[in-house]
Amino acid sequence: MNTLFEYLVRLGDDSLILGHRLSEWCGHGPILEEDIAMTNIALDLVGQATSIFKYAGEVEDKGRNEDDIAFLRFDKDYKNALLVEQPNEDFGVTMMRQFLFDAFRKPLFEQLTKSSDKHLAAIAEKSLKETKYHLKHSAEWVIRLGDGTEESHGRVQDALNTLWRYTDELFFSNEVDADLRSKGIVFSSEELKATWSEMVKEVLAQATLSIPDNGWQHDGGRKGLHSEHLGYILAELQYMQRAYPGMEW
Amino acid sequence: MAELNIKELERRFQEKIDNDQKIEPNDWMPERYRKTLIRQISQHAHSEIVGMLPEGNWITRAPNLRRKAVLLAKVQDEAGHGLYLYSATETLGADREETIDDLHSGKAKYSSIFNYPTLTWADMGAVGWLVDGAAIMNQVPLCRCSYGPYARAMVRVCKEESFHQRQGFEIMMTLAKGTPEQKAMAQDALNRFWWPSLMMFGPPDEDSKHTAQSMAWKIKRSTNDELRQQMVDITVPQAEMLGLTIPDKDLKWNEETKQYDFGEIDWNEFWNVVKGNGPCNKERLDARRKAKENGEWVREAANAYAAKQKMKKAS
Repeated sequence: MNTLFEYLVRLGDDSLILGHRLSEWCGHGPILEEDIAMTNIALDLVGQATSIFKYAGEVEDKGRNEDDIAFLRFDKDYKNALLVEQPNEDFGVTMMRQFLFDAFRKPLFEQLTKSSDKHLAAIAEKSLKETKYHLKHSAEWVIRLGDGTEESHGRVQDALNTLWRYTDELFFSNEVDADLRSKGIVFSSEELKATWSEMVKEVLAQATLSIPDNGWQHDGGRKGLHSEHLGYILAELQYMQRAYPGMEW
Repeated sequence: MAELNIKELERRFQEKIDNDQKIEPNDWMPERYRKTLIRQISQHAHSEIVGMLPEGNWITRAPNLRRKAVLLAKVQDEAGHGLYLYSATETLGADREETIDDLHSGKAKYSSIFNYPTLTWADMGAVGWLVDGAAIMNQVPLCRCSYGPYARAMVRVCKEESFHQRQGFEIMMTLAKGTPEQKAMAQDALNRFWWPSLMMFGPPDEDSKHTAQSMAWKIKRSTNDELRQQMVDITVPQAEMLGLTIPDKDLKWNEETKQYDFGEIDWNEFWNVVKGNGPCNKERLDARRKAKENGEWVREAANAYAAKQKMKKAS
Protein backbone atom coordinates (compact mmCIF):
# COMPACT_ATOMS: atom_id res chain seq x y z
CA MET A 1 0.00 0.00 0.00
CA ASN A 2 1.17 3.51 -0.82
CA THR A 3 0.71 4.95 2.66
CA LEU A 4 1.43 8.56 1.74
CA PHE A 5 -1.18 8.42 -1.03
CA GLU A 6 -3.71 6.92 1.39
CA TYR A 7 -3.00 9.66 3.94
CA LEU A 8 -3.27 12.45 1.37
CA VAL A 9 -6.62 11.10 0.23
CA ARG A 10 -7.97 11.32 3.79
CA LEU A 11 -6.72 14.86 4.13
CA GLY A 12 -8.04 15.94 0.74
CA ASP A 13 -11.41 14.22 1.15
CA ASP A 14 -12.04 16.01 4.45
CA SER A 15 -11.51 19.33 2.66
CA LEU A 16 -13.47 18.38 -0.44
CA ILE A 17 -16.56 17.01 1.31
CA LEU A 18 -16.77 19.76 3.93
CA GLY A 19 -16.25 22.34 1.16
CA HIS A 20 -19.15 20.72 -0.68
CA ARG A 21 -21.40 20.90 2.37
CA LEU A 22 -20.55 24.56 3.02
CA SER A 23 -21.16 25.51 -0.58
CA GLU A 24 -24.72 24.21 -0.23
CA TRP A 25 -25.31 27.29 1.94
CA CYS A 26 -24.41 29.69 -0.84
CA GLY A 27 -27.27 32.18 -1.27
CA HIS A 28 -29.15 30.86 1.77
CA GLY A 29 -27.10 32.12 4.74
CA PRO A 30 -28.75 33.66 7.82
CA ILE A 31 -27.08 37.01 7.14
CA LEU A 32 -25.26 38.27 4.09
CA GLU A 33 -21.94 38.48 5.94
CA GLU A 34 -22.21 34.79 6.86
CA ASP A 35 -23.11 33.86 3.32
CA ILE A 36 -19.82 35.45 2.31
CA ALA A 37 -17.88 33.84 5.16
CA MET A 38 -19.16 30.31 4.48
CA THR A 39 -18.54 30.64 0.75
CA ASN A 40 -15.06 31.90 1.52
CA ILE A 41 -14.31 28.93 3.77
CA ALA A 42 -15.72 26.56 1.13
CA LEU A 43 -13.39 28.19 -1.38
CA ASP A 44 -10.37 27.66 0.91
CA LEU A 45 -11.34 24.02 1.39
CA VAL A 46 -11.77 23.39 -2.33
CA GLY A 47 -8.36 25.02 -2.84
CA GLN A 48 -6.81 22.74 -0.22
CA ALA A 49 -8.41 19.67 -1.82
CA THR A 50 -6.99 20.75 -5.18
CA SER A 51 -3.40 21.04 -4.03
CA ILE A 52 -3.60 17.89 -1.89
CA PHE A 53 -5.07 15.75 -4.70
CA LYS A 54 -2.59 17.14 -7.18
CA TYR A 55 0.22 15.98 -4.95
CA ALA A 56 -1.57 12.66 -4.28
CA GLY A 57 -1.66 12.06 -8.03
CA GLU A 58 2.10 12.60 -8.24
CA VAL A 59 2.73 10.36 -5.25
CA GLU A 60 0.55 7.62 -6.71
CA ASP A 61 2.22 7.95 -10.11
CA LYS A 62 -0.55 6.32 -12.13
CA GLY A 63 -1.32 9.33 -14.29
CA ARG A 64 -4.31 10.58 -12.30
CA ASN A 65 -4.72 14.33 -11.85
CA GLU A 66 -6.54 16.22 -9.08
CA ASP A 67 -9.89 16.06 -10.87
CA ASP A 68 -9.65 12.32 -11.50
CA ILE A 69 -9.09 11.83 -7.79
CA ALA A 70 -11.77 14.28 -6.70
CA PHE A 71 -14.51 13.15 -9.09
CA LEU A 72 -13.85 9.65 -10.35
CA ARG A 73 -13.66 7.35 -7.37
CA PHE A 74 -16.38 5.11 -5.92
CA ASP A 75 -17.83 5.76 -2.48
CA LYS A 76 -15.60 3.25 -0.69
CA ASP A 77 -12.50 5.02 -2.00
CA TYR A 78 -13.45 8.28 -0.26
CA LYS A 79 -11.75 8.43 3.14
CA ASN A 80 -13.17 11.56 4.74
CA ALA A 81 -14.26 11.45 8.36
CA LEU A 82 -18.00 10.88 8.91
CA LEU A 83 -18.24 14.26 10.65
CA VAL A 84 -17.73 16.31 7.48
CA GLU A 85 -20.41 14.54 5.45
CA GLN A 86 -23.13 15.19 8.06
CA PRO A 87 -25.92 17.40 6.67
CA ASN A 88 -25.94 21.17 7.24
CA GLU A 89 -29.33 21.13 8.99
CA ASP A 90 -29.43 24.60 10.57
CA PHE A 91 -26.70 27.21 11.02
CA GLY A 92 -26.03 25.88 14.54
CA VAL A 93 -25.25 22.38 13.30
CA THR A 94 -23.11 23.79 10.50
CA MET A 95 -21.07 25.97 12.85
CA MET A 96 -20.69 23.22 15.46
CA ARG A 97 -19.52 20.76 12.78
CA GLN A 98 -17.11 23.39 11.53
CA PHE A 99 -15.77 24.15 14.99
CA LEU A 100 -15.19 20.50 15.94
CA PHE A 101 -13.38 20.06 12.62
CA ASP A 102 -11.35 23.30 12.68
CA ALA A 103 -10.21 22.58 16.22
CA PHE A 104 -8.74 19.34 14.84
CA ARG A 105 -7.30 20.75 11.63
CA LYS A 106 -5.42 23.64 13.15
CA PRO A 107 -3.14 21.52 15.38
CA LEU A 108 -2.95 18.91 12.60
CA PHE A 109 -1.59 21.43 10.12
CA GLU A 110 0.71 22.80 12.83
CA GLN A 111 2.17 19.31 13.17
CA LEU A 112 2.40 18.78 9.43
CA THR A 113 4.38 21.97 8.85
CA LYS A 114 7.22 19.98 10.47
CA SER A 115 6.76 16.99 8.19
CA SER A 116 9.87 15.44 6.64
CA ASP A 117 7.90 15.46 3.39
CA LYS A 118 8.58 18.99 2.15
CA HIS A 119 5.66 19.11 -0.25
CA LEU A 120 3.19 18.12 2.47
CA ALA A 121 4.80 20.62 4.85
CA ALA A 122 4.29 23.40 2.30
CA ILE A 123 0.62 22.48 1.82
CA ALA A 124 0.20 22.46 5.61
CA GLU A 125 1.87 25.86 5.94
CA LYS A 126 -0.58 27.48 3.53
CA SER A 127 -3.61 25.62 4.88
CA LEU A 128 -2.71 26.51 8.46
CA LYS A 129 -3.03 30.22 7.74
CA GLU A 130 -6.56 29.69 6.41
CA THR A 131 -7.54 27.26 9.15
CA LYS A 132 -6.65 29.74 11.89
CA TYR A 133 -9.28 32.09 10.49
CA HIS A 134 -11.80 29.30 10.08
CA LEU A 135 -11.34 28.26 13.70
CA LYS A 136 -11.63 31.81 14.99
CA HIS A 137 -14.83 32.23 13.02
CA SER A 138 -16.47 28.94 14.02
CA ALA A 139 -15.42 29.17 17.69
CA GLU A 140 -16.85 32.68 17.94
CA TRP A 141 -20.15 31.50 16.51
CA VAL A 142 -20.33 28.50 18.84
CA ILE A 143 -19.83 30.85 21.78
CA ARG A 144 -22.31 33.41 20.47
CA LEU A 145 -25.00 30.81 19.80
CA GLY A 146 -24.33 28.88 23.00
CA ASP A 147 -24.44 31.99 25.17
CA GLY A 148 -27.04 33.83 23.07
CA THR A 149 -30.75 33.14 23.57
CA GLU A 150 -32.49 30.14 25.09
CA GLU A 151 -33.42 28.98 21.61
CA SER A 152 -29.93 29.28 20.18
CA HIS A 153 -28.46 27.55 23.24
CA GLY A 154 -30.89 24.66 22.80
CA ARG A 155 -30.22 24.35 19.10
CA VAL A 156 -26.46 24.38 19.36
CA GLN A 157 -26.49 21.99 22.35
CA ASP A 158 -28.58 19.59 20.22
CA ALA A 159 -26.05 20.01 17.43
CA LEU A 160 -23.23 19.11 19.80
CA ASN A 161 -25.17 16.09 21.09
CA THR A 162 -25.65 14.85 17.53
CA LEU A 163 -22.15 15.50 16.25
CA TRP A 164 -20.11 14.47 19.26
CA ARG A 165 -20.30 10.80 18.27
CA TYR A 166 -18.26 11.54 15.14
CA THR A 167 -15.37 13.30 16.84
CA ASP A 168 -13.18 10.38 17.91
CA GLU A 169 -12.80 9.31 14.32
CA LEU A 170 -10.84 12.49 13.59
CA PHE A 171 -7.99 10.87 15.53
CA PHE A 172 -8.26 7.54 13.74
CA SER A 173 -4.92 5.89 13.34
CA ASN A 174 -3.88 2.62 11.72
CA GLU A 175 -0.88 1.09 9.94
CA VAL A 176 -0.88 3.99 7.46
CA ASP A 177 -0.17 6.46 10.24
CA ALA A 178 2.32 4.10 11.93
CA ASP A 179 4.33 3.80 8.73
CA LEU A 180 4.32 7.54 8.08
CA ARG A 181 5.17 8.31 11.71
CA SER A 182 8.23 6.11 11.46
CA LYS A 183 9.37 8.26 8.50
CA GLY A 184 8.72 11.55 10.27
CA ILE A 185 6.01 12.46 7.74
CA VAL A 186 3.14 12.60 10.25
CA PHE A 187 3.03 12.83 14.04
CA SER A 188 1.25 11.52 17.09
CA SER A 189 -2.53 11.54 16.95
CA GLU A 190 -2.71 11.26 20.78
CA GLU A 191 -0.96 14.59 21.04
CA LEU A 192 -3.37 15.99 18.51
CA LYS A 193 -6.34 14.73 20.46
CA ALA A 194 -5.02 16.27 23.68
CA THR A 195 -4.68 19.69 22.02
CA TRP A 196 -8.11 19.34 20.44
CA SER A 197 -9.78 18.33 23.73
CA GLU A 198 -8.32 21.30 25.53
CA MET A 199 -9.47 23.73 22.85
CA VAL A 200 -12.93 22.19 22.60
CA LYS A 201 -13.45 22.17 26.38
CA GLU A 202 -12.44 25.78 26.67
CA VAL A 203 -14.72 27.01 23.89
CA LEU A 204 -17.69 24.88 24.92
CA ALA A 205 -17.33 26.14 28.50
CA GLN A 206 -17.40 29.73 27.26
CA ALA A 207 -20.42 28.82 25.18
CA THR A 208 -22.10 27.41 28.34
CA LEU A 209 -22.54 24.09 26.55
CA SER A 210 -22.01 20.67 28.06
CA ILE A 211 -20.19 17.78 26.45
CA PRO A 212 -22.62 14.90 25.97
CA ASP A 213 -22.13 11.69 27.79
CA ASN A 214 -23.33 9.31 25.11
CA GLY A 215 -20.20 7.18 25.21
CA TRP A 216 -20.48 5.55 21.81
CA GLN A 217 -18.27 6.86 19.01
CA HIS A 218 -18.74 5.99 15.35
CA ASP A 219 -16.06 5.39 12.81
CA GLY A 220 -15.99 4.09 9.26
CA GLY A 221 -15.25 7.07 7.06
CA ARG A 222 -11.48 6.58 7.21
CA LYS A 223 -12.03 2.96 6.14
CA GLY A 224 -14.38 3.90 3.31
CA LEU A 225 -17.56 2.88 5.15
CA HIS A 226 -19.71 5.98 5.06
CA SER A 227 -23.10 7.18 6.19
CA GLU A 228 -26.01 7.21 3.73
CA HIS A 229 -25.32 10.90 3.12
CA LEU A 230 -22.14 10.44 1.10
CA GLY A 231 -23.89 8.72 -1.82
CA TYR A 232 -26.03 11.80 -2.42
CA ILE A 233 -23.06 14.13 -2.11
CA LEU A 234 -21.20 12.08 -4.73
CA ALA A 235 -24.25 11.97 -7.00
CA GLU A 236 -24.10 15.76 -7.19
CA LEU A 237 -20.35 16.17 -7.06
CA GLN A 238 -19.70 13.62 -9.80
CA TYR A 239 -22.76 14.33 -11.96
CA MET A 240 -20.98 16.12 -14.81
CA GLN A 241 -17.95 13.83 -14.89
CA ARG A 242 -20.15 10.73 -14.91
CA ALA A 243 -22.75 12.02 -17.38
CA TYR A 244 -20.16 13.36 -19.85
CA PRO A 245 -17.12 11.15 -19.37
CA GLY A 246 -13.69 12.23 -20.54
CA MET A 247 -14.50 15.80 -21.59
CA GLU A 248 -12.64 19.03 -20.95
CA TRP A 249 -14.52 21.74 -19.10
CA MET B 1 -38.90 82.80 1.56
CA ALA B 2 -38.52 79.05 2.26
CA GLU B 3 -39.71 78.31 -1.27
CA LEU B 4 -37.16 80.65 -2.78
CA ASN B 5 -34.58 78.97 -0.67
CA ILE B 6 -35.44 75.53 -2.03
CA LYS B 7 -35.43 76.85 -5.58
CA GLU B 8 -31.98 78.26 -4.98
CA LEU B 9 -30.79 74.96 -3.49
CA GLU B 10 -32.18 73.08 -6.46
CA ARG B 11 -30.49 75.49 -8.83
CA ARG B 12 -27.14 75.01 -7.13
CA PHE B 13 -27.65 71.24 -7.04
CA GLN B 14 -28.37 71.08 -10.76
CA GLU B 15 -25.44 73.39 -11.46
CA LYS B 16 -23.13 71.01 -9.62
CA ILE B 17 -24.46 68.11 -11.66
CA ASP B 18 -24.14 70.04 -14.90
CA ASN B 19 -20.51 70.75 -14.01
CA ASP B 20 -19.94 67.02 -13.40
CA GLN B 21 -19.29 67.51 -9.70
CA LYS B 22 -20.21 64.59 -7.44
CA ILE B 23 -23.04 64.77 -4.94
CA GLU B 24 -21.93 63.42 -1.55
CA PRO B 25 -24.10 62.01 1.30
CA ASN B 26 -24.11 65.22 3.35
CA ASP B 27 -24.86 67.53 0.43
CA TRP B 28 -28.32 68.92 -0.03
CA MET B 29 -30.31 66.97 -2.62
CA PRO B 30 -33.91 67.01 -3.82
CA GLU B 31 -36.06 64.39 -2.15
CA ARG B 32 -36.91 62.83 -5.51
CA TYR B 33 -33.23 62.47 -6.36
CA ARG B 34 -32.68 60.67 -3.06
CA LYS B 35 -35.68 58.40 -3.61
CA THR B 36 -34.72 57.61 -7.19
CA LEU B 37 -31.24 56.66 -6.10
CA ILE B 38 -32.47 54.52 -3.22
CA ARG B 39 -34.80 52.74 -5.63
CA GLN B 40 -32.11 52.18 -8.25
CA ILE B 41 -29.28 51.21 -5.89
CA SER B 42 -31.43 48.87 -3.84
CA GLN B 43 -32.75 47.22 -7.00
CA HIS B 44 -29.17 46.75 -8.00
CA ALA B 45 -28.29 45.29 -4.58
CA HIS B 46 -31.26 42.93 -4.68
CA SER B 47 -30.21 41.79 -8.16
CA GLU B 48 -26.78 40.86 -6.84
CA ILE B 49 -28.26 38.89 -3.97
CA VAL B 50 -31.00 37.13 -5.94
CA GLY B 51 -28.43 36.60 -8.70
CA MET B 52 -26.44 34.36 -6.34
CA LEU B 53 -29.20 31.74 -6.55
CA PRO B 54 -29.14 30.67 -10.23
CA GLU B 55 -25.35 30.38 -10.14
CA GLY B 56 -25.24 28.90 -6.65
CA ASN B 57 -27.41 26.19 -8.19
CA TRP B 58 -24.36 24.76 -10.01
CA ILE B 59 -21.57 25.04 -7.41
CA THR B 60 -22.04 21.54 -6.03
CA ARG B 61 -22.22 20.15 -9.59
CA ALA B 62 -19.39 22.11 -11.19
CA PRO B 63 -17.51 19.78 -13.55
CA ASN B 64 -14.01 20.18 -12.09
CA LEU B 65 -12.20 21.71 -9.13
CA ARG B 66 -11.01 24.81 -10.97
CA ARG B 67 -14.50 25.66 -12.24
CA LYS B 68 -15.93 25.02 -8.79
CA ALA B 69 -13.45 27.41 -7.17
CA VAL B 70 -14.02 30.11 -9.79
CA LEU B 71 -17.79 29.82 -9.44
CA LEU B 72 -17.59 30.00 -5.64
CA ALA B 73 -15.41 33.09 -5.91
CA LYS B 74 -17.81 34.67 -8.38
CA VAL B 75 -20.89 34.11 -6.26
CA GLN B 76 -18.99 35.42 -3.27
CA ASP B 77 -18.14 38.59 -5.23
CA GLU B 78 -21.84 39.04 -5.91
CA ALA B 79 -22.65 38.85 -2.21
CA GLY B 80 -19.91 41.44 -1.68
CA HIS B 81 -21.42 43.73 -4.32
CA GLY B 82 -24.78 43.38 -2.60
CA LEU B 83 -23.17 44.42 0.64
CA TYR B 84 -21.51 47.59 -0.76
CA LEU B 85 -24.68 48.55 -2.53
CA TYR B 86 -26.83 48.15 0.57
CA SER B 87 -24.25 50.35 2.32
CA ALA B 88 -24.58 52.91 -0.48
CA THR B 89 -28.35 53.04 0.13
CA GLU B 90 -27.64 53.58 3.82
CA THR B 91 -25.64 56.72 2.98
CA LEU B 92 -28.95 58.02 1.60
CA GLY B 93 -30.76 57.28 4.84
CA ALA B 94 -32.29 53.93 3.87
CA ASP B 95 -32.38 51.08 6.37
CA ARG B 96 -30.84 47.83 5.11
CA GLU B 97 -33.39 45.55 6.76
CA GLU B 98 -36.33 47.59 5.52
CA THR B 99 -34.83 47.62 2.05
CA ILE B 100 -34.56 43.83 2.16
CA ASP B 101 -38.13 43.52 3.46
CA ASP B 102 -39.29 45.49 0.42
CA LEU B 103 -37.67 42.83 -1.77
CA HIS B 104 -39.37 40.05 0.16
CA SER B 105 -42.79 41.68 0.01
CA GLY B 106 -42.46 42.11 -3.75
CA LYS B 107 -42.50 45.91 -3.44
CA ALA B 108 -38.92 46.29 -4.68
CA LYS B 109 -37.80 44.78 -7.97
CA TYR B 110 -34.62 43.06 -9.06
CA SER B 111 -33.26 42.18 -12.45
CA SER B 112 -35.74 39.86 -14.19
CA ILE B 113 -32.99 37.78 -15.74
CA PHE B 114 -32.56 35.91 -12.45
CA ASN B 115 -36.08 34.56 -12.77
CA TYR B 116 -34.91 32.23 -15.50
CA PRO B 117 -33.64 28.80 -14.46
CA THR B 118 -30.06 27.56 -14.91
CA LEU B 119 -30.61 24.15 -16.44
CA THR B 120 -27.18 23.00 -17.57
CA TRP B 121 -23.53 23.73 -16.87
CA ALA B 122 -23.43 25.80 -20.07
CA ASP B 123 -25.77 28.25 -18.36
CA MET B 124 -22.86 29.22 -16.11
CA GLY B 125 -21.06 30.21 -19.28
CA ALA B 126 -24.05 32.03 -20.79
CA VAL B 127 -24.81 33.88 -17.55
CA GLY B 128 -21.21 35.06 -17.24
CA TRP B 129 -20.87 36.00 -20.89
CA LEU B 130 -24.29 37.57 -21.55
CA VAL B 131 -25.75 38.53 -18.18
CA ASP B 132 -22.54 39.89 -16.70
CA GLY B 133 -21.76 41.35 -20.12
CA ALA B 134 -25.06 43.26 -20.07
CA ALA B 135 -24.49 44.24 -16.43
CA ILE B 136 -21.11 45.76 -17.34
CA MET B 137 -22.67 47.64 -20.22
CA ASN B 138 -25.19 49.08 -17.76
CA GLN B 139 -22.69 49.75 -15.01
CA VAL B 140 -19.65 51.22 -16.73
CA PRO B 141 -21.53 54.49 -17.35
CA LEU B 142 -22.60 54.42 -13.68
CA CYS B 143 -18.95 54.86 -12.66
CA ARG B 144 -19.59 58.47 -13.77
CA CYS B 145 -22.93 58.69 -11.96
CA SER B 146 -23.54 61.97 -10.13
CA TYR B 147 -23.88 60.33 -6.72
CA GLY B 148 -20.34 59.81 -5.32
CA PRO B 149 -20.77 56.65 -3.21
CA TYR B 150 -22.64 54.84 -6.01
CA ALA B 151 -20.09 55.90 -8.64
CA ARG B 152 -17.21 54.70 -6.47
CA ALA B 153 -18.91 51.38 -5.66
CA MET B 154 -19.43 50.88 -9.39
CA VAL B 155 -15.72 51.27 -10.14
CA ARG B 156 -14.93 48.28 -7.95
CA VAL B 157 -17.97 46.29 -9.04
CA CYS B 158 -17.13 46.77 -12.73
CA LYS B 159 -13.60 45.46 -12.27
CA GLU B 160 -14.95 42.26 -10.79
CA GLU B 161 -17.78 42.01 -13.31
CA SER B 162 -15.37 42.15 -16.20
CA PHE B 163 -13.52 39.20 -14.69
CA HIS B 164 -16.85 37.37 -14.40
CA GLN B 165 -17.70 38.13 -17.99
CA ARG B 166 -14.35 36.77 -19.19
CA GLN B 167 -14.72 33.55 -17.22
CA GLY B 168 -18.21 33.08 -18.68
CA PHE B 169 -16.90 33.57 -22.19
CA GLU B 170 -14.10 31.12 -21.44
CA ILE B 171 -16.62 28.47 -20.33
CA MET B 172 -18.52 29.01 -23.59
CA MET B 173 -15.29 28.81 -25.59
CA THR B 174 -14.33 25.52 -23.95
CA LEU B 175 -17.77 24.08 -24.69
CA ALA B 176 -17.87 25.42 -28.24
CA LYS B 177 -14.51 23.78 -28.95
CA GLY B 178 -15.57 20.56 -27.22
CA THR B 179 -17.61 17.51 -28.21
CA PRO B 180 -20.90 17.78 -30.18
CA GLU B 181 -22.83 17.36 -26.88
CA GLN B 182 -20.90 20.25 -25.34
CA LYS B 183 -21.42 22.49 -28.33
CA ALA B 184 -25.15 21.69 -28.34
CA MET B 185 -25.26 22.53 -24.63
CA ALA B 186 -23.64 25.91 -25.32
CA GLN B 187 -26.02 26.68 -28.19
CA ASP B 188 -29.03 25.76 -26.07
CA ALA B 189 -27.86 28.09 -23.29
CA LEU B 190 -27.40 30.93 -25.78
CA ASN B 191 -30.89 30.27 -27.19
CA ARG B 192 -32.45 30.55 -23.75
CA PHE B 193 -30.44 33.52 -22.44
CA TRP B 194 -30.14 35.75 -25.52
CA TRP B 195 -33.50 37.51 -25.41
CA PRO B 196 -33.74 37.79 -21.62
CA SER B 197 -30.25 39.39 -21.68
CA LEU B 198 -31.42 42.05 -24.13
CA MET B 199 -34.41 42.67 -21.86
CA MET B 200 -32.00 43.44 -19.02
CA PHE B 201 -31.62 47.00 -20.33
CA GLY B 202 -35.24 47.64 -19.50
CA PRO B 203 -38.22 48.74 -21.58
CA PRO B 204 -37.76 50.71 -24.83
CA ASP B 205 -36.95 54.40 -24.27
CA GLU B 206 -40.45 55.57 -25.15
CA ASP B 207 -41.89 53.36 -22.35
CA SER B 208 -39.22 54.03 -19.74
CA LYS B 209 -40.79 56.31 -17.17
CA HIS B 210 -37.60 57.10 -15.25
CA THR B 211 -35.10 57.67 -18.06
CA ALA B 212 -35.52 61.39 -18.82
CA GLN B 213 -35.25 62.62 -15.22
CA SER B 214 -32.44 60.19 -14.40
CA MET B 215 -30.48 61.40 -17.44
CA ALA B 216 -30.89 65.03 -16.35
CA TRP B 217 -29.59 64.13 -12.88
CA LYS B 218 -26.78 62.08 -14.39
CA ILE B 219 -27.86 59.06 -12.40
CA LYS B 220 -28.22 57.39 -15.73
CA ARG B 221 -25.84 58.29 -18.55
CA SER B 222 -27.15 56.34 -21.54
CA THR B 223 -30.68 55.30 -22.50
CA ASN B 224 -31.95 51.72 -22.40
CA ASP B 225 -32.04 51.43 -26.19
CA GLU B 226 -28.56 52.87 -26.65
CA LEU B 227 -27.12 50.34 -24.21
CA ARG B 228 -29.09 47.49 -25.78
CA GLN B 229 -27.73 48.36 -29.21
CA GLN B 230 -24.21 48.49 -27.82
CA MET B 231 -24.71 45.03 -26.29
CA VAL B 232 -25.85 43.55 -29.60
CA ASP B 233 -22.98 45.16 -31.52
CA ILE B 234 -20.37 43.82 -29.12
CA THR B 235 -21.87 40.37 -28.64
CA VAL B 236 -22.62 39.32 -32.23
CA PRO B 237 -18.93 39.07 -33.24
CA GLN B 238 -18.21 37.18 -30.00
CA ALA B 239 -20.89 34.61 -30.88
CA GLU B 240 -19.31 34.29 -34.33
CA MET B 241 -15.95 33.71 -32.70
CA LEU B 242 -17.55 30.90 -30.67
CA GLY B 243 -19.19 29.43 -33.75
CA LEU B 244 -22.62 29.76 -32.13
CA THR B 245 -25.79 31.15 -33.72
CA ILE B 246 -27.72 34.03 -32.18
CA PRO B 247 -31.37 32.98 -32.12
CA ASP B 248 -32.67 35.92 -34.15
CA LYS B 249 -33.57 35.46 -37.82
CA ASP B 250 -33.82 39.25 -38.29
CA LEU B 251 -30.32 39.95 -37.09
CA LYS B 252 -28.18 41.58 -39.80
CA TRP B 253 -25.45 44.13 -40.20
CA ASN B 254 -26.69 47.52 -41.35
CA GLU B 255 -24.02 49.11 -43.53
CA GLU B 256 -25.68 52.50 -43.29
CA THR B 257 -25.94 52.81 -39.51
CA LYS B 258 -22.83 50.65 -38.91
CA GLN B 259 -24.83 48.72 -36.36
CA TYR B 260 -26.70 45.43 -36.21
CA ASP B 261 -30.43 45.52 -36.82
CA PHE B 262 -32.15 42.99 -34.62
CA GLY B 263 -35.58 41.41 -34.22
CA GLU B 264 -38.51 42.48 -32.10
CA ILE B 265 -38.18 41.77 -28.37
CA ASP B 266 -41.14 40.02 -26.80
CA TRP B 267 -42.10 42.78 -24.34
CA ASN B 268 -45.08 40.79 -23.30
CA GLU B 269 -42.72 38.20 -21.84
CA PHE B 270 -40.67 40.95 -20.19
CA TRP B 271 -43.66 42.53 -18.42
CA ASN B 272 -44.94 39.14 -17.39
CA VAL B 273 -41.66 38.26 -15.71
CA VAL B 274 -41.52 41.72 -14.08
CA LYS B 275 -45.02 41.11 -12.71
CA GLY B 276 -43.87 37.89 -11.09
CA ASN B 277 -44.84 35.29 -13.67
CA GLY B 278 -41.36 34.22 -14.78
CA PRO B 279 -40.32 30.58 -14.46
CA CYS B 280 -38.52 31.09 -11.14
CA ASN B 281 -39.91 34.29 -9.56
CA LYS B 282 -41.62 32.35 -6.82
CA GLU B 283 -38.64 30.10 -6.08
CA ARG B 284 -36.20 33.02 -5.94
CA LEU B 285 -38.27 35.09 -3.54
CA ASP B 286 -39.18 32.06 -1.45
CA ALA B 287 -35.49 31.17 -1.15
CA ARG B 288 -34.62 34.70 0.05
CA ARG B 289 -37.54 34.82 2.48
CA LYS B 290 -36.69 31.40 3.82
CA ALA B 291 -33.05 32.42 4.34
CA LYS B 292 -34.24 35.38 6.39
CA GLU B 293 -36.77 33.37 8.41
CA ASN B 294 -34.31 30.56 9.09
CA GLY B 295 -31.73 33.10 10.14
CA GLU B 296 -34.01 34.88 12.59
CA TRP B 297 -32.86 32.90 15.63
CA VAL B 298 -29.21 33.34 14.61
CA ARG B 299 -29.53 37.12 14.43
CA GLU B 300 -31.41 37.21 17.73
CA ALA B 301 -28.69 35.13 19.36
CA ALA B 302 -25.95 37.38 18.00
CA ASN B 303 -27.74 40.46 19.35
CA ALA B 304 -28.41 38.85 22.72
CA TYR B 305 -24.78 37.81 23.03
CA ALA B 306 -23.53 41.26 22.06
CA ALA B 307 -25.83 42.83 24.66
CA LYS B 308 -24.54 40.46 27.37
CA GLN B 309 -20.94 41.30 26.49
CA LYS B 310 -21.70 45.00 26.66
CA MET B 311 -23.24 44.59 30.11
CA LYS B 312 -20.23 42.60 31.30
CA LYS B 313 -17.88 45.33 30.12
CA ALA B 314 -19.95 48.04 31.77
CA SER B 315 -20.05 46.27 35.16
